[in-house]
Amino acid sequence: MTSSNGSSVGTQRVKRGLAEMLKGGVIMDVVNAEQAKIAEDAGACAVMALERVPADIRRDGGVARMSDPEMIEGIKAAVTIPVMAKVRIGHFVEAQILESLGVDFIDESEVLTPADETHHIDKFAFTVPFVCGATNLGEALRRVSEGACMIRSKGEAGTGNIVEAVRHLRNIFGDIRKITQADNAELFQWAKTLQAPLGLVQEIAETGKFPVPIFCAGGIATPADAALAMQLGGEAVFVGSGIFKSDDPAPRAKAIVEATTHFRDASVLARVSRGLGAPMTGIAMDEINGTQRFAERGW
Amino acid sequence: MNPVVGVLALQGAFAAHAECVASLGVSVLEVRTPEQLEQVDALVMPGGESSTMSQLLLSSGLFDAISTRISAGMPTFGTCAGMILLASEVLDGRPDQRSFGAINISVRRNAFGRQIDSFETSIDTPFGAFHGVFIRAPRIERVGPDVEVIGRLGDEPVLVRQGNVMAASFHPELAGDARLHEYFVSSMTTARKV
Repeated sequence: MTSSNGSSVGTQRVKRGLAEMLKGGVIMDVVNAEQAKIAEDAGACAVMALERVPADIRRDGGVARMSDPEMIEGIKAAVTIPVMAKVRIGHFVEAQILESLGVDFIDESEVLTPADETHHIDKFAFTVPFVCGATNLGEALRRVSEGACMIRSKGEAGTGNIVEAVRHLRNIFGDIRKITQADNAELFQWAKTLQAPLGLVQEIAETGKFPVPIFCAGGIATPADAALAMQLGGEAVFVGSGIFKSDDPAPRAKAIVEATTHFRDASVLARVSRGLGAPMTGIAMDEINGTQRFAERGW
Repeated sequence: MNPVVGVLALQGAFAAHAECVASLGVSVLEVRTPEQLEQVDALVMPGGESSTMSQLLLSSGLFDAISTRISAGMPTFGTCAGMILLASEVLDGRPDQRSFGAINISVRRNAFGRQIDSFETSIDTPFGAFHGVFIRAPRIERVGPDVEVIGRLGDEPVLVRQGNVMAASFHPELAGDARLHEYFVSSMTTARKV
């Protein structure tokens, strides 16, 4: 959109730009204004406003939807950092509502119950930027082709178990490394195998990197988890249940912020990991049956 | 010896700045500790969240180290949140947010609005039109008498300089144009000759 004085809003550059600003930071799930303040005080670079953290969504079952606008506005009023909120996969009307509320980033999220089993949201139709989850490079590129300005690993939200996020990051960055070594003929095959647009595959081959920032989400519970995600190539981290489901959220939040910045410095990681109390209990993957796996939602 | 340009890498758009500086053929180092700061001749402070960076500056011990270096004349360039950290007065910041007070300007955080108001447009600079990308951008509401305005959006100051410190309310690292980084690096080299 271009205004009369020649300035443009909602361009890919402006939308991807906010994702650049969040790099090296921690985006924390919060369910009320009080938690949002704790997150901001701890150094969060943004908060994700939602009614229930993923661990509670998992426990409660039923249909999980966009949060109440009143609750989102309360959180917006409480902090000065960017506020994100989640919509169901394919639910473009929830997205229209969040955009009208002035949220800074929308997460089209598998943590909520999908609204469309075939289509994701046309994210080019919005001024507000979107982040989407992915388990592999093909899925990540399909989301970019729909207009996503940031990709995050899906991991397995609400488990406090990093194993799925590690799998997803290794899938994505491993295939990026292979593509940068591929010749032109092989790129056609890569596009077919990944079921992703050829142009985006060629862009990775040319630039050596993914077109938008890739963050880590799903299962981060400790400073060491955050640093692991960063060393594997994640450019920032989302922490959902891991902070406010732990014994003592404020110091843990601060420790995860420091660990994300100093992710290669083991002495800092050792210092910030001390005396944090118990992390969230966590769930092993074989305790979750197929239908309860959030990462399998989305296509 | 060739100068090394540091990019403060606590949080924010440090990777894009580092790429810009490297594209000029200049050595670049990400700075997260006081030890790394000692190895650089100039510093770029990127956009990101100023409240986050402010806390990490304190916990890393970089706040005092950078403050001392700026006072000693280290060329420093802050963009967006980086500008907020350099400003002498921050409006609408967090009460506990600290800044270096290195350039005599008053800036208002997020004064251009939220992300849906973020925009890109052409701005006027000493080397002609430059593509300005403004993201949840701060506004320069007051410019001290000792501060030179070198870039404008319409009538409004968006790029300012005072001695060894330069600040922009926009994001030159996202413009796909390294002229502003080149200007910073070359003016730094000039300053070093004095």
